[in-house]
Amino acid sequence: MANRLEIQDLWVSHEGKTILKGVNLALPLGEVHALMGPNGAGKSTLGKVIAGDPNYRVEKGRILLDGEDITELAPDERARKGLFLAFQYPVEVPGVQVANFLRLALRERLGEEPRIAEFYARLKEAIELLDWDESVLSRYLNEGFSGGEKKKNEILQLLVLRPRYAILDETDSGLDIDALKVVARGVNSMRGPEFSALVITHYQRLLNYIVPDVVHVMMDGRVVKTGGPELALELERRGYDWLKEEVAGA
Amino acid sequence: MPEDLKHIADDYRWGFRDEIEPELALKGLTPETVKKISEAKGEPAWMTEFRLKALETFFKLPMPKWGPDLSELEKKFDEFYYYVKPPSRGPVESWDEVPEEIKKTYERLGIPEAEQKVLAGVGAQYDSEVVYHKVKEELERLGVVFVSIEEGLKEHEELFKRYFAKIVPPTDNKFAALNSAVWSGGSFVYVPPGVEVEVPLQAYFRVNTAGFGQFERTLIIVDEGAKVHYIEGCTAPLYTTEALHTGVIEIYVHKNAHSRYTTIQNWPTNMYNLVTQRAVVEEGGYHMWLDGNLGSKVTMKYPSSILKGRGARSEVLSIAFAKTGQHLDTGAKLIHQAPDTSGRIVSKSISKGEGRASYRGLVKVSPRADRAKANVECDALLIDPESKTDTYPYMEIENETAQIGHEATVSRLADDQIFYLQTRGLPEDEAAALIVRGFLEPVTKELPLEFAVELNRLIELEMEGSVG
Repeated sequence: MANRLEIQDLWVSHEGKTILKGVNLALPLGEVHALMGPNGAGKSTLGKVIAGDPNYRVEKGRILLDGEDITELAPDERARKGLFLAFQYPVEVPGVQVANFLRLALRERLGEEPRIAEFYARLKEAIELLDWDESVLSRYLNEGFSGGEKKKNEILQLLVLRPRYAILDETDSGLDIDALKVVARGVNSMRGPEFSALVITHYQRLLNYIVPDVVHVMMDGRVVKTGGPELALELERRGYDWLKEEVAGA
Repeated sequence: MPEDLKHIADDYRWGFRDEIEPELALKGLTPETVKKISEAKGEPAWMTEFRLKALETFFKLPMPKWGPDLSELEKKFDEFYYYVKPPSRGPVESWDEVPEEIKKTYERLGIPEAEQKVLAGVGAQYDSEVVYHKVKEELERLGVVFVSIEEGLKEHEELFKRYFAKIVPPTDNKFAALNSAVWSGGSFVYVPPGVEVEVPLQAYFRVNTAGFGQFERTLIIVDEGAKVHYIEGCTAPLYTTEALHTGVIEIYVHKNAHSRYTTIQNWPTNMYNLVTQRAVVEEGGYHMWLDGNLGSKVTMKYPSSILKGRGARSEVLSIAFAKTGQHLDTGAKLIHQAPDTSGRIVSKSISKGEGRASYRGLVKVSPRADRAKANVECDALLIDPESKTDTYPYMEIENETAQIGHEATVSRLADDQIFYLQTRGLPEDEAAALIVRGFLEPVTKELPLEFAVELNRLIELEMEGSVG
């Protein structure tokens, strides 16, 4: 099955505890899906495991990227195939300038040294879209950034690297409404037939600005329901309890 | 660890030797050796006397016991060569006169042809004899002296004598005494009052004989209001026998003068590198030590600045990268002797494998030094669980108005940083190297570009296969 990110019966443990218990999910290229669910459902774990976080152990199941099994690949190999994870808690890397880091990352993404003109064109466009200042480029990666700036920086990387499949892990958490709009504008600008996103969020709020094609709901390590954008609204209105009962009753 | 050594040997791209037979080689540490060195150099009697007296001092002084283990070295003093004269006619003035083999060596070192570079002059030390030393006409016109230390003694004896061994006397420590007895090679620099040398003065040198000790001696005098940046990069091939490098660097920074001394050493990992570097800074003057220590088996090196005149300033920025089998004991000393003096120490160390990097520093404020300010920042990064670091910050503050700051951090190469960078496409090794480079950035950003590039390449090499 080409041109999709597919999770097949994925079981994952962390420090001896099983967190994902048979996740099935398909994200076709060109679509934006939301992944919702209560705290502890395993949403962030799924995001990290798709990206290849070595702290988690895949017990069973597969992750397919454009039909290729990437379950055993190193995180950087996955990234070079067009996968991207916007971190919930972006990591500080002191002494590494944002511009220099982006140039190295883009080189890996393109498989060759980016042409300077193209690199700067991408930077400039991304920074304008995010209402940001070029001075961010000479700052050290996430060091001394506010929570909002860190999230914005994730989207800056997304815009410059132009992955095919992006996972946004609670990018909305800790953002005020203006920052939320800016982030949404960045993600929406990427939308098109060659881009997919899995938007992990706790709240419906972000989905007002990034309207998903499909909404998945995770509970206790599994995707328990999949629907259209209206599902997010329903969850917002009714909470998760009704769904818990529905799952329990099934 | 043979496997590790092999790795180092494979990686050591400058680990090659030339097939040049030395004209004269003196082994063993005796008054006879010292006399022969002095004779071979055609030195005045006072220098021969000085050397012989320094040798006595050397025998009298105890081995330093407070730092790295030198017990193996202590048994081997008689096994080293203390003087090797390569087959050349001594200092030459033009590139054409440099022997072909030596040019080839430089080519393999990746040193671009000096003539074509924007270098002010290149002093290249080949074994213990300076074979190539050129000062651009422009510098000569300005009255700047940039010659081998031997020439400095011959051509500028009065000036030489006024400063030589005044900042670092032979009695300072055992290895300063050793150097004073057998010194050979190094640079002599004099910058006249008010002259600002815009381009850095660079010197390259390397060691080229098994069991051979290198004892370079450099004397730099920066006269009133003058400005200079002296750069020294050392690379040396790898040998199986123990090697010894004991240098003495003396710098006199006169009133309102500005100087900077940059050095990066990448000695082979069987080398004892015991160097005394000291500057005296007069009123309103400034001196920066920029010190990179990558190689050697043991390094003991604490660049010092004596802030002698009112308002004198100094910065000491250093990097140490200790791998398995290495103990790098480095640091800095700031001696505040006058009011309104200020100093800053930034020390960044990395320990990898079973490597050990130690910071040893002294801030001393004398009773006269009102309002002295000093700030010390030492950061250690540990790559592996078995890596070691330690910190010995000494403070002797005898003036209540002094403002002294000290910060020390120890961190580990963090898995979350590596994962983060990997998710952006950087392979694990490159991610680790980038984190290390970032850690060193506060120091490397002060390096001349070609040095920074070189250092980054070395770090990448060192970080290959180091994680995972």
